Amino acid sequence: MAVKSSVGNESGFAAIPALFRRMTGDEKHEWAAASTLDVLWVLYDRVLDVSPDRVDDPDRDRFLLSKGHGPMAYYAVLAAKGYLEPSTLDTWTAWDSPLGQHPDRVLVNGVEISSGSLGHGLPIAVGNALGLRAQGRTARTFVLVGDAELDEGSNHEAIALAGRLGLDRLVTVVVDNKSGTYGWPGGVARRFEIEGWQTSTVDGKDHDALYGAFTQDHTGRPLVVVAEIGKGER
Amino acid sequence: MTSMRQVFVDTVEDVMRYDPRVAVVLAEISRDAFAPHERVFNVGIREQALVGVGSGLALSGMRPVVHTYAPFLVERPFEQIKLDFGHQDVGGVLVSIGGSYDDPAWGRTHQAPGDVALFDTLPGWTVRVPGHPAEVEPIIRAALAGDDRIYVRLSLRHNAAPHPVIEGFTEVRRGRQGVVVAVGPMLDTVLEASRDVDVTVLYATTVRPFDAAGLQAAVHRADQADVLLVEPYLEGTSAHLAAEALADVPHRLRSLGVRRDAELRAYGTAEDHDSAHDLDVLGIAAAVRRMFGHSAAAA
Repeated sequence: MAVKSSVGNESGFAAIPALFRRMTGDEKHEWAAASTLDVLWVLYDRVLDVSPDRVDDPDRDRFLLSKGHGPMAYYAVLAAKGYLEPSTLDTWTAWDSPLGQHPDRVLVNGVEISSGSLGHGLPIAVGNALGLRAQGRTARTFVLVGDAELDEGSNHEAIALAGRLGLDRLVTVVVDNKSGTYGWPGGVARRFEIEGWQTSTVDGKDHDALYGAFTQDHTGRPLVVVAEIGKGER
Repeated sequence: MTSMRQVFVDTVEDVMRYDPRVAVVLAEISRDAFAPHERVFNVGIREQALVGVGSGLALSGMRPVVHTYAPFLVERPFEQIKLDFGHQDVGGVLVSIGGSYDDPAWGRTHQAPGDVALFDTLPGWTVRVPGHPAEVEPIIRAALAGDDRIYVRLSLRHNAAPHPVIEGFTEVRRGRQGVVVAVGPMLDTVLEASRDVDVTVLYATTVRPFDAAGLQAAVHRADQADVLLVEPYLEGTSAHLAAEALADVPHRLRSLGVRRDAELRAYGTAEDHDSAHDLDVLGIAAAVRRMFGHSAAAA
């Protein structure tokens, strides 16, 4: 397994707020979608075997942002990691900007799927992991979903399927800020556990805990990491 | 005769022997038609996952064949077709069985006369409607060799003999009074219904892209710019494209197909449904007479 570095680049992380402000202006509290920021940072900084010059490498790890709504954190991390010119952030959502309120893989270097409509990323990730396995590749597939996104039944088709197929190069990250109206009694992880997934629930702001969860051994079965964010916290 | 589905399965299995890109995704239906293979994936009765998994396979570099009964392939997971293939800009081969009403004893749930019309709301899809099992093999081989998005509509209904599979329309008969376009399995019925009328009959297996140039040429050769479209799915599905093709020619256009205005709530046989939709010889012959005049009058 290719691992970038077990030690995070925290000075790089400190540069994120300035990148964020290029999209949101000076409204410091307009941190919509920052619930995903720490997860995204740890993945791109320490976990994913990817780089801007290998976006077409068939052996790269795949990161699929299923919860495409509120993509500022994603764009900021892509800019910090060299996939985007930071100046691109200044004109996001303009007519000729590649950056919209929902990411488009055709327009943005390094974006693996176009998302926005909820419940599509996890089934696509299952197919991607199946395809990589069928081709004998060891690249991993990570997919990020939100707890409310799990309302969509398509996810549950994919959760059951991935468990039965033993997709051990597949990792789902559920960013759980308890935003679903009806919630998940017993916790989000239970929905995956009963279908045969290995599960890990961690503080979604704790970089070392996230890193440890993402890099744990899960031989023979897929892994879900539930990254808990305080209710209402962004 | 070997069914269209069996020819499809045999062709895919043959290509899989030498093309490691090809993978098959099923949702229980046809699971026993395919021999077990490491690249044949049955996802269970999960049609959203069926299409999503197909997209993921394509993103990983494979050529997915996604197959089930028409309503469960096209209608139930339609947003997955729109987004997971179209919006992701990946290719795939979607193959349905069941047609508009191949097995009407199962009722409305197993009928998909609107499938091609739905694909018409999406850019970038090729749609092929074979009219004979022997036409299926070249269609599937070409589809597997490509990278594009293609929908292949298989049916239990077929003509007595195959025609060479080409991209455009095939002129089966030439006449002076106008043009009848017969799609896929409708050809034999159209030929029978129009046998005493002096019209050109064009045969279409590829309906998207629509062969506008072929239709224009046929219309120019006829004395009258009168066109009758006969399609085995929703009536008028191709009418907008025929009208666009003839935009510069004063013309008459009539469309036959599965009626839009009523849900029949009737079982019976496929032939019963042909009659109910005026898609049998009698119904089509009546439409031909109204449009092109009786053969005696034309003589």
